[in-house]
Amino acid sequence: MYTQSLDTDPLANDPKEVSDKRELELKKRISEGYVVEPRDDMPERYRKTLIRQMSQHAHSEVVGMLPEGNWILRAPTLKRKSILLAKVQDEAGHGLYLYSATETLGVSRDALYEDLLQGRAKYSSIFNYPTLNWADVGVIGWLVDGAAIMNQIPLTQCSYGPYARAMVRICKEESFHQRQGFDLLNEMMQGTQKQKDMVQDAVDRWWWPALMMFGPEDSDSIHSEESKAWGIKKKTNDELRQTFIDVTVPQAETLGVTLPDPQLKWNETREHYDFGKIDWNEFWRVVSGSGPCNKDRIGVKKKAWEEGAWVREAAMAHAMKSKGR
Amino acid sequence: MTTITDTSKSSYLFSLTIRLADSALIASQRMSQWCGIAPTLEEDIALTNVALDLLGQARHLFSYAVDLDGCRKDEDQLAFLRDPHQYLNYTIAELPNGDFAQSCTKSFLFSTFSQCLWVSLLDGEDSTLRDIAAKSLKETDYHIEHFSRWFVRLGDGTDVSRQKILKSIDYLWPYTAEFFGNDRTLSNLEGLLHINTGKLQADWVNAIEDVFTEAGIDLPSDSDFMSTGKYGVHSEHLGHILAEMQYLQRSYPGGRW
Repeated sequence: MYTQSLDTDPLANDPKEVSDKRELELKKRISEGYVVEPRDDMPERYRKTLIRQMSQHAHSEVVGMLPEGNWILRAPTLKRKSILLAKVQDEAGHGLYLYSATETLGVSRDALYEDLLQGRAKYSSIFNYPTLNWADVGVIGWLVDGAAIMNQIPLTQCSYGPYARAMVRICKEESFHQRQGFDLLNEMMQGTQKQKDMVQDAVDRWWWPALMMFGPEDSDSIHSEESKAWGIKKKTNDELRQTFIDVTVPQAETLGVTLPDPQLKWNETREHYDFGKIDWNEFWRVVSGSGPCNKDRIGVKKKAWEEGAWVREAAMAHAMKSKGR
Repeated sequence: MTTITDTSKSSYLFSLTIRLADSALIASQRMSQWCGIAPTLEEDIALTNVALDLLGQARHLFSYAVDLDGCRKDEDQLAFLRDPHQYLNYTIAELPNGDFAQSCTKSFLFSTFSQCLWVSLLDGEDSTLRDIAAKSLKETDYHIEHFSRWFVRLGDGTDVSRQKILKSIDYLWPYTAEFFGNDRTLSNLEGLLHINTGKLQADWVNAIEDVFTEAGIDLPSDSDFMSTGKYGVHSEHLGHILAEMQYLQRSYPGGRW
């Protein structure tokens, strides 16, 4: 998982760093297919935009371990437990690639992580929702990873080499995650009425937050165009959201669940599904810290980091002593 | 699968297989509790990996137990529908993770013991257990490598880490006696598996001694305490582990997962 377009301006307070000429040159080269590598000279605005997006993505991966991790101990079969453990481990791995890829831009992982723990960095809003029943694990795979794939496949072609390469591997794993989620739900939908109710309950809770993963509507997304010009973003939020809905509605029919939007309807003229209004107030509320689980998620990570301090210190002390011996 | 005509032998073989499966499953369940909250991201990945390995070992063993038993239909019935007294894991596997030092010491002591056990099973007459042992051994070697390094790092690192390691040994060491104490299951299988607990203990001490020395810690002396999880009499902790682990299967019988 899980990039999300949050569209805030990294240089809002720092306009002097903008060097128009260098930026224009780079945008031109990127439009000709040039892939930027860490050794290349890059304008500050490009570098900071990448750091922001890539670190938000890395943070989303590591925070994203928590809602699903919530069900590892209660997974109902050994096979499902094994799949879920492997999936959450993949997410830790994605976090690690992405932090490492971000470090190629001249920032340290510790500094980025500190920004997350201190609430200065954002991560995908989706992880601030709780996982309340086992079907949530399936729905996260099906809808959340499904949305993430939609967002991320274009990034395998993005202009920054280390990010694009990390995304190739991540997308392969996400595609497995998506399928296991669908499979889990499909199995439950063949089960008892209580199980079917669990699936529907999970779909009802996750559908709208999943649509929000694509970020604000294009009309409200002031920096979308800029990211496109940098080759960091290839498609707009609304284009991606529409593709996701068009792909997902038939899957919901196959599963036998109802998507919680009475306005969801095929539009012959547009050749797309029409859908209802997204509650953007909720989106901004959750992104800015007032979602159902924001405090818990960061609280857990903060506590773990603080409680691990003596371990990291001991490892350093041992390494120093060993060097001296 | 080995064909055994003697029914009592077969039931001992089932007991041993279940003991190994339960130990791996419960150790995996405990290890999974670290997921998302380890001291570093690398460690998060490593501990999840160990949990996955142990779970894989448990599943192979449960699958063999299903073959041996004939009454239960799959691994999930064994894992999710038995009560605590029917679980036969070594007690140390169910003990709380405590802090990172306690988890590392527990995994170091347990994985070195598992290694000795897998090695002995390689010499046995039971071909299924031999195959499982050979596969598990590779994983266990890695677990030992991982946790022995942490044991040394923490033992040698700072005053704080050393105190925590010493405290963890003090807590965990008495539970290691169960590995080698009176064992009617193993003695009844001696003709089939040729496992001698005396030799097992000597091998184990040999395996951990150097690591203790490198960490600058003396091997503790034996205690009088003898835990009995391998016979189904557990600590208070197992009931809680199973209540959580078995919750869905117990609350929604007849479901498809």
